Amino acid sequence: MYGNAFISPEEAKRMNEQVEDADKLAAFEDRITRGEKIEPGDWMPAEYRKQLIRMIEQHAHSEIVGALPEGTWITRAPNFRRKLALIAKVQDEIGHGQLLYSAAETLGKTREQMLNDLINGKSKYSNIFNYPAKTWADIAVIGFLVDGAAIVNQVINSKGSYGPYCRALERICYEESFHLKQGHDNVVYLATGTPHQRAMLQDALNRWYRPLLHFFGPSDKTSVHSEKLMKWKVKLASNDDMRNQFLDQYVPKILELGLTFPDPNLHKNDDGVWEFSDPNWDEFYEVIKGNGPCNAERIAVRKYAEEAGRWVRQALLNPSDKYVTPLA
Amino acid sequence: MNTLDPRIQRLNLKREANGETQTNSHLVTYEVFHQEKRGKQAVHAGIVHAPTPELALMYAKEQYGRRGKTANLWVVKTSEVYTFSSEDEDVFETVPEKTFRDPAFYKVRDRIEAFKLKNTQA
Repeated sequence: MYGNAFISPEEAKRMNEQVEDADKLAAFEDRITRGEKIEPGDWMPAEYRKQLIRMIEQHAHSEIVGALPEGTWITRAPNFRRKLALIAKVQDEIGHGQLLYSAAETLGKTREQMLNDLINGKSKYSNIFNYPAKTWADIAVIGFLVDGAAIVNQVINSKGSYGPYCRALERICYEESFHLKQGHDNVVYLATGTPHQRAMLQDALNRWYRPLLHFFGPSDKTSVHSEKLMKWKVKLASNDDMRNQFLDQYVPKILELGLTFPDPNLHKNDDGVWEFSDPNWDEFYEVIKGNGPCNAERIAVRKYAEEAGRWVRQALLNPSDKYVTPLA
Repeated sequence: MNTLDPRIQRLNLKREANGETQTNSHLVTYEVFHQEKRGKQAVHAGIVHAPTPELALMYAKEQYGRRGKTANLWVVKTSEVYTFSSEDEDVFETVPEKTFRDPAFYKVRDRIEAFKLKNTQA
C-alpha cells in the first residue's frame, strides 16, 4: 500500500537550481526517452538519486506503518477465514516494505538509516495510515479502497525509469491483487449482510472518504509541479489524474451496493472528470506535520519494535561484517 | 497512550520517540536466486540481509518463496559477485552483428538448385 509522495515547495524550487554535467545529463535523458531503465551502477543526476531515495523510502515506510492499523484487527477478525487472509495480507505488506527498502538501498542509503529516519520522524509515510481502524468494516474499506488507490499509484509507478523500483513494484502489484479481491469480498459481505453490518460499513466509508481523496496528494493546481521528475519518469502521472482514475474505478463499485459517500457534490462530468467537494486540504497538511489522530501511536509502536528487538539483532551481529550495497 | 488496540494499550508505550536509535547494526547483504522448478535456471530475485547463510536462506524463503512454485533458492554474498561496470556495456555491442554464428545465415538452397539445373542441362 502506498500514498503519493509529498514534495515541499522549497524542495521543488531548489531542485530546479542543481547543475549537472551537460553531456552526461543529455545521455541519461536520451536513455529514459528511449524507454530504457536506469540501473544502480549507471551515472545519474544527484537530484534523480535523491528524489528516488525519498520516494522509495516513503513507500517502504508506508508498507510497514500501513500494516499497523490492520494488524490491530488480526486478533479480532470475525472468523477463521478472514483471520487467515488478514494475516497473509499483513505479512505481504511487511514483505513489500522489505522489497522497497532493498530497492532504495541500491541508491546508497542503508536500510538502518531509513529505519532510523522513520523513528526520528525525518522521513514521511503515507498520511492515510495516521487514521484509526475503529471497526471491522474499516478493515474491509482499507483492504478494498486504500489498497485499490495504492494499486492505481503502483501500477503507474512500475512504468518508471529506475529498474530496481520497477521490479519491486511488479512483484508487489502481483501480490496486492489478492488484497484487493479479499477487500472487495469483505465489503460485499458486509453490504449484503444485516442492517447493523451495513450501517457499520457506511460509517467506515464516511470516515475514510476524505483521507482517500487526500491519498494522491494536493490538486495539480496548488501542488508543486515538477517537470523534471516527469521528464525523468520518477513521477508518471499527476495527482489529479491518478485521483480521477481511482474514483472512476472504485466509486461505481460502492454505489452499486446502495452505499454512499458523504459528499453531495461527488459526480462524474460529461468529460469523464470526477467532481468532489473540497476535502479540507488544511487537515492534510496538519496530518503531514504530525498532528493526525494516530501519528504518535504509529511512531511509538515502531520505536518499541526497534528497541524491544534490538537485543536479538545484537546477538546475531558479527561486528566485523561490513554493510554492502545490493547489486540490483 | 490513547489507542484502539488493546495490545498496544498493554505495552504502555512512551509517547514521544526520542531519537535514540541503533547504529552500525549492518547484517551481510546476500543476493537471492530463485529456481521455479526442477530443470529450470535459477534467476535473480532480489536481496536479503542476514547474519549467516543459513538465516539468509530462511529470510529468502519468506521473502521470495511466498507465491507460486519454488524448487530451490540460492543465496550468494553480494560482495562475492563480480560484474562488468555498466559503463563497459559497449564490449557486448558487436555480438548481434556476427550473423555468421546464426543458423539462419546459412542459405544454400539457391546454389543447390542452380547446380542441379546446370547438371540436367549438360
